[in-house]
Amino acid sequence: MDRRKFIELTGIGMGGLMIALPGSYISAAELTANPMEVAFKKKMADTALNAAKSAGATYADVRIGRYLNQFITAQEKRVDNVVNTESAGIGVRVIANGTWGFAATSDMSPDSIAKAAEKAVAVAKANSKFQTDPVQLAPVTGVGEVSWRTPIVKNAMEIPIKDKVDLLMEVNNAAMDNGANYITSVLFLVNEQKYFASTDGSYIDQDVHRLWAPFFATAVGPTGFKQRTGLGNPVGMGFEYLDGDPAEQIQVQGANIGYRYSYDMVKDARDAGMQLQAKLKARSVEPGKYDLVLDPHHLMLTIHESVGHPLELDRVLGYEANYAGTSFATLDKWRSGTFNYGSDIVNLVADKTQKHSLGYVGYDDEGVKTREWDLVKDGILVNYQAIRDQVHIIDQNESHGCCYSQSWADVQFQRMPNVSLRPNEQDLSADDVIKDVENGIYIVGRGSFSIDQQRYNFQFGGQLFYEIKDGKITEQIEDVAYQSNTQEFWNSCTKLAGKSDYRLGGSFFDGKGQPSQVSAVSHGCPTTRFNNINVINTARKVG
Amino acid sequence: MAIFTETKARELLSKVIALSKADECECNLDGSNTGNIRYARNTVSTAGEVSDVTLAVRSCYGKRTGTATINEFDDASLEKVVRRSEELARLSPENPEHMPNLGPAEYSKVNAWFDSTASTTPDQRAAAAEASIVPSRKNKLVASGYLNDAASFSAMMNKAGMFAYHTSTNVNFTATIRTEDGTGSGWVSRDYNDTGRMDTKEASNVAISKAIGSKDAKEMEPGKYTVIMEPAATVQLLANMFGSMNQRAADEGRSFLSKKPEEGTEPAEGAPTNRLGDKMFDERVTIYSDPANPDCPTAPFTGDGHPVGTTKWIDKGVITAMPNTRYWAEKTGTRYYPTAYTGQGIFGGNQQLIMEGGTQSLEDMIRDTRRGVLVTRLWYIRQLDPQTLLYTGLTRDGTFYIENGEIKYPIKNFRFNESPIVMLNNIEALGKPVRINGSMIPPMKIRDFTFSSLSDAV
Repeated sequence: MDRRKFIELTGIGMGGLMIALPGSYISAAELTANPMEVAFKKKMADTALNAAKSAGATYADVRIGRYLNQFITAQEKRVDNVVNTESAGIGVRVIANGTWGFAATSDMSPDSIAKAAEKAVAVAKANSKFQTDPVQLAPVTGVGEVSWRTPIVKNAMEIPIKDKVDLLMEVNNAAMDNGANYITSVLFLVNEQKYFASTDGSYIDQDVHRLWAPFFATAVGPTGFKQRTGLGNPVGMGFEYLDGDPAEQIQVQGANIGYRYSYDMVKDARDAGMQLQAKLKARSVEPGKYDLVLDPHHLMLTIHESVGHPLELDRVLGYEANYAGTSFATLDKWRSGTFNYGSDIVNLVADKTQKHSLGYVGYDDEGVKTREWDLVKDGILVNYQAIRDQVHIIDQNESHGCCYSQSWADVQFQRMPNVSLRPNEQDLSADDVIKDVENGIYIVGRGSFSIDQQRYNFQFGGQLFYEIKDGKITEQIEDVAYQSNTQEFWNSCTKLAGKSDYRLGGSFFDGKGQPSQVSAVSHGCPTTRFNNINVINTARKVG
Repeated sequence: MAIFTETKARELLSKVIALSKADECECNLDGSNTGNIRYARNTVSTAGEVSDVTLAVRSCYGKRTGTATINEFDDASLEKVVRRSEELARLSPENPEHMPNLGPAEYSKVNAWFDSTASTTPDQRAAAAEASIVPSRKNKLVASGYLNDAASFSAMMNKAGMFAYHTSTNVNFTATIRTEDGTGSGWVSRDYNDTGRMDTKEASNVAISKAIGSKDAKEMEPGKYTVIMEPAATVQLLANMFGSMNQRAADEGRSFLSKKPEEGTEPAEGAPTNRLGDKMFDERVTIYSDPANPDCPTAPFTGDGHPVGTTKWIDKGVITAMPNTRYWAEKTGTRYYPTAYTGQGIFGGNQQLIMEGGTQSLEDMIRDTRRGVLVTRLWYIRQLDPQTLLYTGLTRDGTFYIENGEIKYPIKNFRFNESPIVMLNNIEALGKPVRINGSMIPPMKIRDFTFSSLSDAV
């Protein structure tokens, strides 16, 4: 078996990002069984916490997890793979002698749990010999026994496999009947059933659901081939996301449809087929400076790379220097209180509370209640993303609540929360933003994305490109990418659409850490205009 | 201990196959002991060890396939995983491209295991980190890095009598060492099967020199330059290119190796649909894979037990083989060109590529250069155009201007927009290949490499 083929087929491979789908494959029916009662989890948690304290921990937390995944891939008229996985176990994190220690086990007998807790303390004590900077935890008041569940309507894991396969077949046929020659469609379903407990007195049981349904379509023409990926977003929702409610579709001068909280995958596949034929004939862009109007499904990734990552505090401090690098948004810029990250209409906010988002959860993976906080207010840099042992560095005493681990077997650390661009208070439409543009390009969907190791220089592509002349979309064009620098780019933001246009895009597979861990994160934004951006032509004549 | 001997693996897998009630059954047993240590800001940040064994069982009823895995090996668990895979197979639709399991085969002997690596202790990892941190601190620099070692085995068996077994060890070290004021940064990467060859002190010295040498970088105009690419700079571009050389994609008209008919004409009956046999690169370009290469050995079989020998993908610039599947090879009447099994897990491991080069060292090549740019590595590489393999990315951690055979001064990092196809047609010189990311890649001197914009990032 070579599952690397999956990545080649879907083009999801993101060079270096490791997707852990650990644990056992199980049957579809078993995905919806619930073998762990809350009372049982509390008992195991208390075993771990007590063992940790007895061994000398001054703080301990426990995560008991059952992580379920299902993915189904279909290529043209055949189903390649139906895969269900389960991974269950317990991870114990402690502070002893002012130092962190962690151990995890899939064996959930009381003996094994106690041993894991003791191992975590032993690791902390061993590492404490080199400790020069004892851990400083922002305080958290215990919440007692609470529970939280993603507000799904239809549990995607309960939908029969036949229905899912039928949907993917319908999607593939819709694309191929309308102009695509090849298509791969995928259903990714995730359910994290996680129980958190700590010596602060919290026992938090959470049931988190996520879903992503991408497709990758290709059309081959006489002079070459073109690609178009789906415009659905990964979401913190159940299978109801795929109901295709027409009320959740956004029209823009008839030139494109976007999707909010309901996705019509079949319609998008049909559009993809037709747009692929148009892409094959579309004029190649004239490089130069343009005013760009960026659709939310595209802009989300620019936000992710140029705002989300540089404002992770541990990145600023140098903890990720050996992987993705550091950040230009150094502490002195924040301390000055005058650093213009963007123009004064730019307000970037972090949260793990937006309904339907990938980051939405009741409490983070160190038991902190989630909330919303400003990162950039009226264009000025005002805060970072930080967790319990970091906030004191930026003179705060309340964790922001963005700590996460990809599984019970990995230690939790700071991960990007949702990071979003606030919409205009005036409820302008995307058409309202386009109508003032004299010489511009409207970009829809995500394409290539590349940014340097301090988050200055970036270059982004897209899926669909339309020329704007004197406020009107004139024609579809091709081979567009734009290159800019973060601070310059966000300071050239001149107009935002409003609440009705605001949409949540997201990434199902964000990578950080060594060994790398995966995390899912959403970015909400309206259609937004940026002036005078350098656009290049990506077409070449080779061979 | 997660490593099964060949005898124990065969015993367990035979037990599993004997439980099968399906038409076909194939199992993969993969296990590893891994350890790592990470450091940043001149101090250890995290360290860990993971031990894991996974059994994957794939059952087939006709053309229906189901897969289940488990990591417990008592009798009840073995029964459970086989039945689960059979149930999933019954629920799955038919796959018209299903290929039958392979029978027994002979595999070449490959030595990829070294006891030195397999017996690495946490203390040794700590010492390796110390050897990087101490000289960095002495030089008033800030070190960050990561050392990861693994000992693993792979075994597979099916009902048709196939059985294969392989063990390997690997150690990988990277370090990013920066000046305290953040104006200089250097990087190094080393990987081996035998940890006896790993010297993190020597490796870190390279990063330290680059960190010190990259302070006060000067700005150069974007444009086309002669570049000397260290192997770490080109390996990802070459791996990406190899990943796009799949025969099926070419035949279906959606790759750079598709054969397009003349504009305005229709393709003739039976005309070639791909560029096998075409010269696409400079004649100095020869790239092949060989599981038995002593510097970067791999398993001598595929994920379903087909033997893998030496395969020449590009010979003197000509495309001589394209990776394909048994199904596509049969469908198109082409030879099957298998690639080596790199383990379970959705990304698997790196595909081994061996590129021939010359005899010059990197220093020799610098000495021979009148005017050029020395690139340590390329970062955040993403594809811009699948038809021409145009990629974008940036230089990082050690970019220098060479003049009259010497490194003159450090320069600001660049973004590039370039295609490996163009790169391999613009070769000025190839040096002596070294191991990087499990492949053998020469340092390369390339003319007219396109740097498109400047980056302020250090």
